[in-house]
Amino acid sequence: MASLQGYLIVSTALFGIGAFGFMARRNAILMLISIELMLNSVNLSLVAFNAFVPGARNAGAIFALIVMAVAAAEATVGLALVIAIIRTRQTPEVDEYDDLKE
Amino acid sequence: MLAIGILGGGLAVVTLRNVIHSAVAMMICFGSLAGMYALLGAPIIAAAQVLIYLGAISVLILFAIMLTQAGDASLPAPFHRQAPIAVVIALVVVGLVAWAAVTTAWRVAPTAAAVAIDTIGKLLFTDYALPFEIIGFLLLAAIIGAIFLARRPEEDERAN
Repeated sequence: MASLQGYLIVSTALFGIGAFGFMARRNAILMLISIELMLNSVNLSLVAFNAFVPGARNAGAIFALIVMAVAAAEATVGLALVIAIIRTRQTPEVDEYDDLKE
Repeated sequence: MLAIGILGGGLAVVTLRNVIHSAVAMMICFGSLAGMYALLGAPIIAAAQVLIYLGAISVLILFAIMLTQAGDASLPAPFHRQAPIAVVIALVVVGLVAWAAVTTAWRVAPTAAAVAIDTIGKLLFTDYALPFEIIGFLLLAAIIGAIFLARRPEEDERAN
Protein backbone atom coordinates (compact mmCIF):
# COMPACT_ATOMS: atom_id res chain seq x y z
CA MET A 1 0.00 0.00 0.00
CA ALA A 2 2.75 2.40 0.89
CA SER A 3 3.96 2.67 -2.68
CA LEU A 4 3.39 5.30 -5.33
CA GLN A 5 0.98 3.01 -7.18
CA GLY A 6 -1.21 2.57 -4.11
CA TYR A 7 -1.57 6.30 -3.62
CA LEU A 8 -2.21 6.84 -7.31
CA ILE A 9 -4.98 4.23 -7.33
CA VAL A 10 -6.67 5.80 -4.31
CA SER A 11 -6.39 9.18 -6.01
CA THR A 12 -7.83 7.83 -9.26
CA ALA A 13 -10.73 6.14 -7.49
CA LEU A 14 -11.54 9.37 -5.63
CA PHE A 15 -11.44 11.27 -8.92
CA GLY A 16 -13.85 8.75 -10.44
CA ILE A 17 -16.22 9.11 -7.50
CA GLY A 18 -16.12 12.89 -7.87
CA ALA A 19 -16.70 12.71 -11.62
CA PHE A 20 -19.65 10.37 -11.13
CA GLY A 21 -21.13 12.65 -8.48
CA PHE A 22 -20.77 15.68 -10.73
CA MET A 23 -22.47 13.94 -13.66
CA ALA A 24 -25.18 12.07 -11.77
CA ARG A 25 -26.38 14.18 -8.83
CA ARG A 26 -29.25 16.61 -9.28
CA ASN A 27 -28.39 18.90 -6.37
CA ALA A 28 -26.28 21.93 -7.33
CA ILE A 29 -24.43 22.01 -3.99
CA LEU A 30 -23.63 18.30 -4.31
CA MET A 31 -22.15 19.01 -7.72
CA LEU A 32 -19.84 21.61 -6.14
CA ILE A 33 -18.84 19.10 -3.44
CA SER A 34 -18.01 16.59 -6.18
CA ILE A 35 -15.74 19.17 -7.81
CA GLU A 36 -13.97 19.55 -4.46
CA LEU A 37 -13.52 15.76 -4.33
CA MET A 38 -11.89 15.78 -7.76
CA LEU A 39 -9.57 18.66 -6.80
CA ASN A 40 -8.59 16.77 -3.64
CA SER A 41 -7.80 13.62 -5.59
CA VAL A 42 -5.48 15.57 -7.88
CA ASN A 43 -3.84 17.10 -4.81
CA LEU A 44 -3.25 13.62 -3.40
CA SER A 45 -1.52 12.49 -6.58
CA LEU A 46 0.61 15.66 -6.63
CA VAL A 47 1.76 15.14 -3.06
CA ALA A 48 2.42 11.45 -3.71
CA PHE A 49 4.56 12.24 -6.76
CA ASN A 50 6.35 14.90 -4.76
CA ALA A 51 7.16 12.40 -2.03
CA PHE A 52 8.30 9.55 -4.26
CA VAL A 53 9.95 11.14 -7.30
CA PRO A 54 13.56 12.04 -6.55
CA GLY A 55 14.51 15.54 -7.64
CA ALA A 56 10.97 16.88 -7.38
CA ARG A 57 12.37 19.73 -5.23
CA ASN A 58 9.04 20.26 -3.44
CA ALA A 59 7.31 21.50 -6.59
CA GLY A 60 4.43 19.09 -6.00
CA ALA A 61 3.82 20.28 -2.46
CA ILE A 62 3.78 23.92 -3.53
CA PHE A 63 1.49 23.12 -6.44
CA ALA A 64 -0.84 21.32 -4.03
CA LEU A 65 -0.96 24.42 -1.80
CA ILE A 66 -1.74 26.58 -4.84
CA VAL A 67 -4.49 24.19 -5.93
CA MET A 68 -5.99 24.42 -2.44
CA ALA A 69 -6.06 28.23 -2.62
CA VAL A 70 -7.67 28.16 -6.06
CA ALA A 71 -10.19 25.57 -4.81
CA ALA A 72 -11.10 27.89 -1.95
CA ALA A 73 -11.69 30.75 -4.39
CA GLU A 74 -13.72 28.46 -6.65
CA ALA A 75 -15.85 27.23 -3.76
CA THR A 76 -16.54 30.80 -2.63
CA VAL A 77 -17.70 32.05 -6.01
CA GLY A 78 -19.46 28.79 -6.88
CA LEU A 79 -21.48 28.70 -3.67
CA ALA A 80 -22.37 32.37 -4.02
CA LEU A 81 -23.64 31.66 -7.55
CA VAL A 82 -25.60 28.61 -6.40
CA ILE A 83 -27.19 30.51 -3.53
CA ALA A 84 -28.14 33.33 -5.88
CA ILE A 85 -29.70 30.86 -8.35
CA ILE A 86 -31.56 29.00 -5.59
CA ARG A 87 -32.89 32.31 -4.27
CA THR A 88 -34.45 33.14 -7.62
CA ARG A 89 -35.58 29.64 -8.66
CA GLN A 90 -36.50 28.29 -5.18
CA THR A 91 -34.97 24.87 -5.89
CA PRO A 92 -31.47 23.35 -5.73
CA GLU A 93 -32.24 20.80 -8.46
CA VAL A 94 -30.21 21.56 -11.57
CA ASP A 95 -32.69 20.05 -14.04
CA GLU A 96 -35.24 22.68 -12.96
CA TYR A 97 -32.94 25.39 -14.35
CA ASP A 98 -34.41 25.30 -17.87
CA ASP A 99 -35.07 28.98 -18.59
CA LEU A 100 -32.98 28.90 -21.76
CA LYS A 101 -34.91 25.88 -23.09
CA GLU A 102 -38.34 27.46 -22.75
CA MET B 1 -7.30 2.35 6.71
CA LEU B 2 -7.08 5.96 5.61
CA ALA B 3 -7.82 4.84 2.07
CA ILE B 4 -11.03 3.24 3.34
CA GLY B 5 -11.92 6.55 5.00
CA ILE B 6 -11.23 8.48 1.81
CA LEU B 7 -13.05 6.19 -0.60
CA GLY B 8 -15.90 5.30 1.76
CA GLY B 9 -16.41 8.98 2.56
CA GLY B 10 -16.32 9.84 -1.13
CA LEU B 11 -18.83 7.15 -2.02
CA ALA B 12 -21.10 8.25 0.81
CA VAL B 13 -20.89 11.84 -0.49
CA VAL B 14 -22.24 10.95 -3.91
CA THR B 15 -24.78 8.31 -2.87
CA LEU B 16 -26.43 9.62 0.30
CA ARG B 17 -29.89 11.09 -0.17
CA ASN B 18 -29.69 13.88 2.39
CA VAL B 19 -27.33 16.70 1.42
CA ILE B 20 -26.31 17.34 5.05
CA HIS B 21 -25.23 13.71 5.43
CA SER B 22 -23.22 14.09 2.23
CA ALA B 23 -21.47 17.14 3.66
CA VAL B 24 -20.54 15.25 6.84
CA ALA B 25 -19.22 12.34 4.73
CA MET B 26 -17.20 14.91 2.79
CA MET B 27 -15.60 16.07 6.06
CA ILE B 28 -14.66 12.45 6.87
CA CYS B 29 -13.12 12.12 3.40
CA PHE B 30 -11.13 15.36 3.77
CA GLY B 31 -9.93 14.39 7.27
CA SER B 32 -8.67 11.02 6.00
CA LEU B 33 -6.90 12.86 3.17
CA ALA B 34 -5.14 15.06 5.73
CA GLY B 35 -3.95 11.91 7.48
CA MET B 36 -2.68 10.55 4.20
CA TYR B 37 -0.73 13.76 3.52
CA ALA B 38 0.89 13.38 6.94
CA LEU B 39 1.78 9.77 6.05
CA LEU B 40 3.37 11.00 2.84
CA GLY B 41 5.71 13.20 4.86
CA ALA B 42 4.04 16.50 4.00
CA PRO B 43 2.83 17.93 7.33
CA ILE B 44 2.41 21.42 5.88
CA ILE B 45 -0.05 20.09 3.30
CA ALA B 46 -1.86 18.13 6.01
CA ALA B 47 -2.16 21.29 8.11
CA ALA B 48 -3.36 23.29 5.11
CA GLN B 49 -5.90 20.55 4.32
CA VAL B 50 -7.31 20.70 7.86
CA LEU B 51 -7.38 24.51 7.87
CA ILE B 52 -8.75 25.12 4.37
CA TYR B 53 -10.94 22.11 3.66
CA LEU B 54 -12.08 20.91 7.09
CA GLY B 55 -12.14 24.40 8.54
CA ALA B 56 -13.22 26.75 5.80
CA ILE B 57 -14.78 24.97 2.81
CA SER B 58 -16.79 22.46 4.88
CA VAL B 59 -18.27 25.24 6.99
CA LEU B 60 -18.98 27.25 3.84
CA ILE B 61 -20.78 24.30 2.25
CA LEU B 62 -22.72 23.53 5.44
CA PHE B 63 -23.83 27.17 5.59
CA ALA B 64 -24.89 27.06 1.94
CA ILE B 65 -26.92 23.91 2.62
CA MET B 66 -28.48 25.54 5.69
CA LEU B 67 -29.42 28.64 3.70
CA THR B 68 -30.95 26.71 0.82
CA GLN B 69 -32.55 23.65 2.42
CA ALA B 70 -36.31 24.08 2.62
CA GLY B 71 -36.51 21.38 5.30
CA ASP B 72 -35.91 17.68 4.85
CA ALA B 73 -39.58 16.74 4.64
CA SER B 74 -39.45 15.93 0.94
CA LEU B 75 -36.17 14.54 -0.31
CA PRO B 76 -36.27 14.40 -4.11
CA ALA B 77 -34.64 11.65 -6.11
CA PRO B 78 -30.90 12.26 -5.88
CA PHE B 79 -29.84 11.15 -9.35
CA HIS B 80 -30.40 12.29 -12.91
CA ARG B 81 -31.75 9.98 -15.60
CA GLN B 82 -28.23 9.74 -17.02
CA ALA B 83 -26.77 8.22 -13.83
CA PRO B 84 -26.05 4.81 -15.46
CA ILE B 85 -24.11 6.52 -18.25
CA ALA B 86 -22.24 8.52 -15.62
CA VAL B 87 -21.27 5.29 -13.85
CA VAL B 88 -19.94 3.85 -17.10
CA ILE B 89 -17.95 6.99 -17.98
CA ALA B 90 -16.47 7.26 -14.47
CA LEU B 91 -15.51 3.57 -14.46
CA VAL B 92 -13.87 3.88 -17.89
CA VAL B 93 -11.84 6.92 -16.75
CA VAL B 94 -10.81 5.21 -13.51
CA GLY B 95 -9.90 2.02 -15.34
CA LEU B 96 -7.75 3.78 -17.92
CA VAL B 97 -5.90 5.97 -15.41
CA ALA B 98 -5.39 3.12 -12.94
CA TRP B 99 -4.12 0.89 -15.75
CA ALA B 100 -1.65 3.60 -16.76
CA ALA B 101 -0.58 4.12 -13.15
CA VAL B 102 0.01 0.41 -12.55
CA THR B 103 1.70 -0.53 -15.82
CA THR B 104 4.07 2.45 -16.03
CA ALA B 105 7.54 1.67 -14.74
CA TRP B 106 7.97 4.63 -12.40
CA ARG B 107 11.57 5.53 -11.67
CA VAL B 108 10.88 6.43 -8.07
CA ALA B 109 12.35 6.11 -4.65
CA PRO B 110 10.99 3.12 -2.68
CA THR B 111 10.04 5.21 0.35
CA ALA B 112 8.39 8.60 0.70
CA ALA B 113 10.68 11.57 1.26
CA ALA B 114 9.60 14.13 3.84
CA VAL B 115 8.95 17.76 2.96
CA ALA B 116 10.69 20.32 5.17
CA ILE B 117 8.35 23.15 6.13
CA ASP B 118 11.03 25.86 6.10
CA THR B 119 12.02 24.82 2.57
CA ILE B 120 8.41 25.27 1.42
CA GLY B 121 8.27 28.72 3.01
CA LYS B 122 11.52 29.81 1.38
CA LEU B 123 10.46 28.46 -2.01
CA LEU B 124 7.11 30.25 -1.81
CA PHE B 125 8.82 33.60 -1.38
CA THR B 126 11.69 33.07 -3.83
CA ASP B 127 11.12 30.72 -6.79
CA TYR B 128 7.34 30.72 -6.53
CA ALA B 129 6.81 34.36 -5.58
CA LEU B 130 4.86 35.22 -8.74
CA PRO B 131 2.27 32.39 -8.36
CA PHE B 132 1.98 33.37 -4.70
CA GLU B 133 1.12 36.98 -5.59
CA ILE B 134 -1.27 35.88 -8.35
CA ILE B 135 -3.10 33.68 -5.84
CA GLY B 136 -3.46 36.63 -3.51
CA PHE B 137 -5.02 38.62 -6.34
CA LEU B 138 -7.28 35.71 -7.30
CA LEU B 139 -8.55 35.37 -3.73
CA LEU B 140 -9.27 39.11 -3.61
CA ALA B 141 -11.21 38.85 -6.87
CA ALA B 142 -13.12 35.84 -5.50
CA ILE B 143 -14.04 37.73 -2.32
CA ILE B 144 -15.33 40.71 -4.29
CA GLY B 145 -17.22 38.45 -6.68
CA ALA B 146 -18.83 36.50 -3.84
CA ILE B 147 -19.94 39.69 -2.09
CA PHE B 148 -21.39 41.00 -5.34
CA LEU B 149 -23.26 37.76 -6.07
CA ALA B 150 -24.56 37.17 -2.55
CA ARG B 151 -25.96 40.70 -2.18
CA ARG B 152 -29.73 40.86 -1.98
CA PRO B 153 -31.41 43.13 -4.50
CA GLU B 154 -33.50 44.91 -1.82
CA GLU B 155 -30.37 46.12 -0.08
CA ASP B 156 -29.33 47.79 -3.32
CA GLU B 157 -32.53 49.74 -3.50
CA ARG B 158 -32.23 50.79 0.12
CA ALA B 159 -28.69 51.98 -0.53
CA ASN B 160 -29.67 54.03 -3.57
